Amino acid sequence: MSTFPADSVGLVTPQRLSFNEPLKLACGKSLEQFELVYETYGQLNASRSNALLICHALSGHHHAAGFHSADERKPGWWDACIGPGKAIDTNRFFVVSLNNLGGCHGSTGPSSINPATGKAYGASFPVLTVEDWVHSQALLADQLGIDAWAAVVGGSLGGMQALQWAISYPARIRHCLAIATAPKLSAQNIAFNEVARQAIITDPDFHNGDYAAFGVIPKRGLMLARMVGHITYLSDDSMGEKFGRELRTDVLNYDFTSVEFQVESYLRYQGQEFSERFDANTYLLMTKALDYFDPAGAHGGNLAKALEGIQARCMVMSFTTDWRFSPARSRELVDALLAARKQVSYLEIEAAQGHDAFLLPIPRYVQALQAYMNRIEVDA
Amino acid sequence: MRADLEIIQEWIKPGSRLLDLGCGDGELLRYLSEQRKVTGYGLEIDPEKINACIDNGVNVIEQNLDTGLSNFGDNTFDSVLMTQALQAVHYPDQVLEEMLRIGREAILTFPNFAHWRCRLYLGTKGRMPVSEFMPYTWYNTPNIHFCTFKDFEALCRERSIRILDRLVVDQTHRSGVLSGLWPNLLGEIAIYRVTR
Repeated sequence: MSTFPADSVGLVTPQRLSFNEPLKLACGKSLEQFELVYETYGQLNASRSNALLICHALSGHHHAAGFHSADERKPGWWDACIGPGKAIDTNRFFVVSLNNLGGCHGSTGPSSINPATGKAYGASFPVLTVEDWVHSQALLADQLGIDAWAAVVGGSLGGMQALQWAISYPARIRHCLAIATAPKLSAQNIAFNEVARQAIITDPDFHNGDYAAFGVIPKRGLMLARMVGHITYLSDDSMGEKFGRELRTDVLNYDFTSVEFQVESYLRYQGQEFSERFDANTYLLMTKALDYFDPAGAHGGNLAKALEGIQARCMVMSFTTDWRFSPARSRELVDALLAARKQVSYLEIEAAQGHDAFLLPIPRYVQALQAYMNRIEVDA
Repeated sequence: MRADLEIIQEWIKPGSRLLDLGCGDGELLRYLSEQRKVTGYGLEIDPEKINACIDNGVNVIEQNLDTGLSNFGDNTFDSVLMTQALQAVHYPDQVLEEMLRIGREAILTFPNFAHWRCRLYLGTKGRMPVSEFMPYTWYNTPNIHFCTFKDFEALCRERSIRILDRLVVDQTHRSGVLSGLWPNLLGEIAIYRVTR
């Protein structure tokens, strides 16, 4: 049996909770019952003051740290930051990470069986919003006996959830860490999401979302969606450094089918791999939730007004080469928090890796995260 | 605590809202928030100092003063503070105007280029003064707009800015009788409190 690194949370087992009360959703529909899959790291203390929620991004899930088995190739998606002695120190915090509702890694989603019909929800699964997720996460907190989170932490779409937590449940969150995120998507952001969705929807195997009934999956569409997404998560520099214009072979083929440039090969591989592990309907749902997020919308576009009720201390971080959620977008959020006279800190981290930087162990980023987390008071 | 900060904190009313431009490690903000229930933010660009601010538990915003302060609303702070940074910004006059737009009053400290040691150095050696107090050579200094007390007060007169308090101190931040008599010659650091 292999041993895990000393700063790893080690072997973790996902858990599952069922909710049998109907959940009213922003779209007007309700889910009569649902399940959430989650993982926890560290111990909840006696006063329950050390609980911390990690919210995942677009294609994420509950497996944020540690290993599911001794021979798992890669640890959870944010293992760089979560563990004993790490920035999010599991010796201090009780960390909860879940697969969002509508996801495809165990929580109730489009590929789950609808108890009312005995068949997969497929296209009939309701459209979800960030508010819906936060609502379902609050129900999870209730079940776990957590009145208030010491902190809610998330990057990208996860950062939107952290912010929504501070807005929706001001008394239940003490610190909000919104990383590489934005208070709403720009037209360009939505445009990229729409390209991704069209790639999926126009795949002949999509069958209006009920592909499961036909025994197929819209693999090509999902692959294209991921390819376009992936481009936006990297910076021009990081792609250039990784691939440049490097060719896989010495000769040009003068056709359109062969893979000639290394970057083509990389994108095809990433897309291919993703299309085999991710559900198309979930991808549609998650991108829609991103598009819809706009807390200022209910306040005539006045973001400061939307943030007025926040009690949490906020920490906003952005990365210089992130063009999907550029530092300017984070500053919009910071400026609104300043205008609303909220407690806020803001860091603009120099990083070459683009949007993906928030998942990488960039020294200044991790140090700042650690310094901030260390200041969060929890009972012994 | 640094001696100029020691003096400044006397001028800050308990419970007031403070913006500290170039806040360093956030020591003053921490002290004022703990001792005087002051709320506020520090602006800083040095990553290490920003981390020190986080360690100190103060709100710090990574923002370059040279890109402006337009993200802060009119009269949203009681005091806007800038210690030892006026000489390092691109447009000190504009920063001063901005400080008084955002805050009711502004508190500034800066080194006096007309201090006798500077005059002597420049007068006898004919070179830009380098000392323990101003340890940079002309080409690598962050200080790009040195001024004298007289210069600063002339600027205030020109812009109809009222000087509420002025303290002239030496580099150990003591104010002597002589520096009170000939501040522009004998004072090394000025601490000003100004308003519109």
